[in-house]
Amino acid sequence: MRNILKIALRNLLRYRRRTLLTSSLITIGVVAVLLFVSISGAFKSMMIGQITDSMLGHLQVHKRGYVASIDNLPLHLNLGPTDMQTLEAALDALGEVEAYSPRIKFGGMFSNFEETTNVRLNGVDPAREILAAPLLPKRILQGEASAVLLKPGEILVPELLAQGMKVKLGDTVVVVATNRDGSVNAKTFIVSGILEGISGPGGRDGYIHIEDAREILRITENEANEYAIRLKNAGGLKRVRAGLAAGLEGELNKQGHPKYEIHTWEKLSPFYNIARMIDMMTFFIKLMLISIVLVSVMNVMIMAVFERIKEIGTIAAIGTRPGMILSLFLVEGLSLGILGSAVGAALSLAAIFVLQTIPLTFDFGRQKDLLLYPTLDPMDIVVVSLLVIIISTIASLQPAYKASRMEPVTAMRQA
Amino acid sequence: MSLVRASDISKTYQAGEVEVRAIRGLDFEIEPASFVSFVGPSGSGKTTLLNLIGCLDSPTSGHLTVAGTDVASLGRAEGATFRGKNIGFVFQDFNLIPVLTVFENVEYPLLVVAGYSARERRERVETLLEAVGMVDQSKKFPNQISGGQKQRVAVARALVGSPKLVLADEPTANLDHDTAFMVINLMKSMKADRKTAFIFSTHDPKIVGEAEIVYTLEDGLLVGREDRRTGHA
Repeated sequence: MRNILKIALRNLLRYRRRTLLTSSLITIGVVAVLLFVSISGAFKSMMIGQITDSMLGHLQVHKRGYVASIDNLPLHLNLGPTDMQTLEAALDALGEVEAYSPRIKFGGMFSNFEETTNVRLNGVDPAREILAAPLLPKRILQGEASAVLLKPGEILVPELLAQGMKVKLGDTVVVVATNRDGSVNAKTFIVSGILEGISGPGGRDGYIHIEDAREILRITENEANEYAIRLKNAGGLKRVRAGLAAGLEGELNKQGHPKYEIHTWEKLSPFYNIARMIDMMTFFIKLMLISIVLVSVMNVMIMAVFERIKEIGTIAAIGTRPGMILSLFLVEGLSLGILGSAVGAALSLAAIFVLQTIPLTFDFGRQKDLLLYPTLDPMDIVVVSLLVIIISTIASLQPAYKASRMEPVTAMRQA
Repeated sequence: MSLVRASDISKTYQAGEVEVRAIRGLDFEIEPASFVSFVGPSGSGKTTLLNLIGCLDSPTSGHLTVAGTDVASLGRAEGATFRGKNIGFVFQDFNLIPVLTVFENVEYPLLVVAGYSARERRERVETLLEAVGMVDQSKKFPNQISGGQKQRVAVARALVGSPKLVLADEPTANLDHDTAFMVINLMKSMKADRKTAFIFSTHDPKIVGEAEIVYTLEDGLLVGREDRRTGHA
């Protein structure tokens, strides 16, 4: 094997310019793919983080049927104290859950004493909400994002609503809501913050304290209609979802159906389609890399066989078995792949290091100057490099096979 | 026992729509450790015959055995192994592997035939390079040595595996007169030292004079045999 490798490498060095061009092409392909994977991955992670950490959480749990009628924000599908206890026990049993926050979502009327409009509100326990949606305080455009986020009697007003209703910090506003029984109640609030709107469900909702939500809706017991759950590692989404579903398996409603419904952010946010599109683009970029490697290596190996017919005839004549001739050319293709992918991976890492030192900003919807921090997963390097090496070897297979099947007499006569 | 035994062998090629009968019903035997030349004009069938003896091709008809093996019975891989163990080749154009040094070129046949340790390979190569006077050039690549030196390396490569038979097709065709004689004399001394049979083709009358047995070919037919050791035709 050492001798095969020695001959293969020397043959690559023998045609230096061609080897350099082919391996450069592979290198450029590898760099392009790895940079794309890194930057698109950073963009995807950033956006997923923005969506899950600002509002949605990684998972949400509701009472069965709630999400289907979420536009109405129904109050008759609230989780009661026992349901909440059961759910929280199941969540506490999962080591991968970092935090969760119960919410009471409801719709109401918002008045500044001059005008009235409708509003969607989240009643939250501020301390728990910050843990489940840690970027929420950063959405507060005006007002101080205090450690407690909200105190009872305060309201975080969505930006567009505040602009439309000409509401400022410190203003007193009234929220009127219809409770589960159909009676109407109202409560005054002090505007403690103006909240930036974000893309996706719930992105333009206001926030009040959960105690205020209970008061206005005349809820006497501990109730919630949504649980936002944050995971320690977003990559374990499906595993945690399955674990939670298993933990709640025996919980059935009167109709014998599961009492809870568990949704990942992917099911709740339209951004998931953009994330999928990024994955699809990455797949096609990889496909292009495969094509580049396949065509360039196959081309160079066909040339190598064509130019070395006499040598192939000679080594076959002096006793080289067809398998060894096949190996000689396969190792040549393999070496091209290894060279191209190794240099490509090294250059990609260097390029990403440079990108990490230069702030890359971009806008997403109304969110401005989001900072991208591209990183490269070692697994991506391994996968792309292996892909290139395998394709290089496959691309060499046909020329190598052709070389191994050459009759020595014919080969030496053709030369 | 004969090293090479040919019984009524023929070789026919298809060149386009034309059938070329390159060898026509040849019968001959070659003894071990002999120094044999096939002579004849271009197109007489010398190269074809050497290819058959070298197990690079098989006869269309007849029986040809080399070192007791029926040439026609060998498959592609078996043929390669058989050649590696039993036959050495010296080519008109030297055919050294350009990416290997002189030493590595001579060593190459030992690498393709399993069973030689690194030490054994080194000893054999060094012995041969010394015998052909190329030991001081062992680190050079083929493009750094002259034609005569290349052919000496080719002779060393052909002999390094201690084959029973060395085939040389026009080994002196690309060499000047003096170098050609030097190479032939080298082959002769190797034959004497190693008891290896040398079969070479040539149409150079001066070189032919060095052979012990001369077979003459014309149009694929064997038209003459001269044993210079006995003077018998």
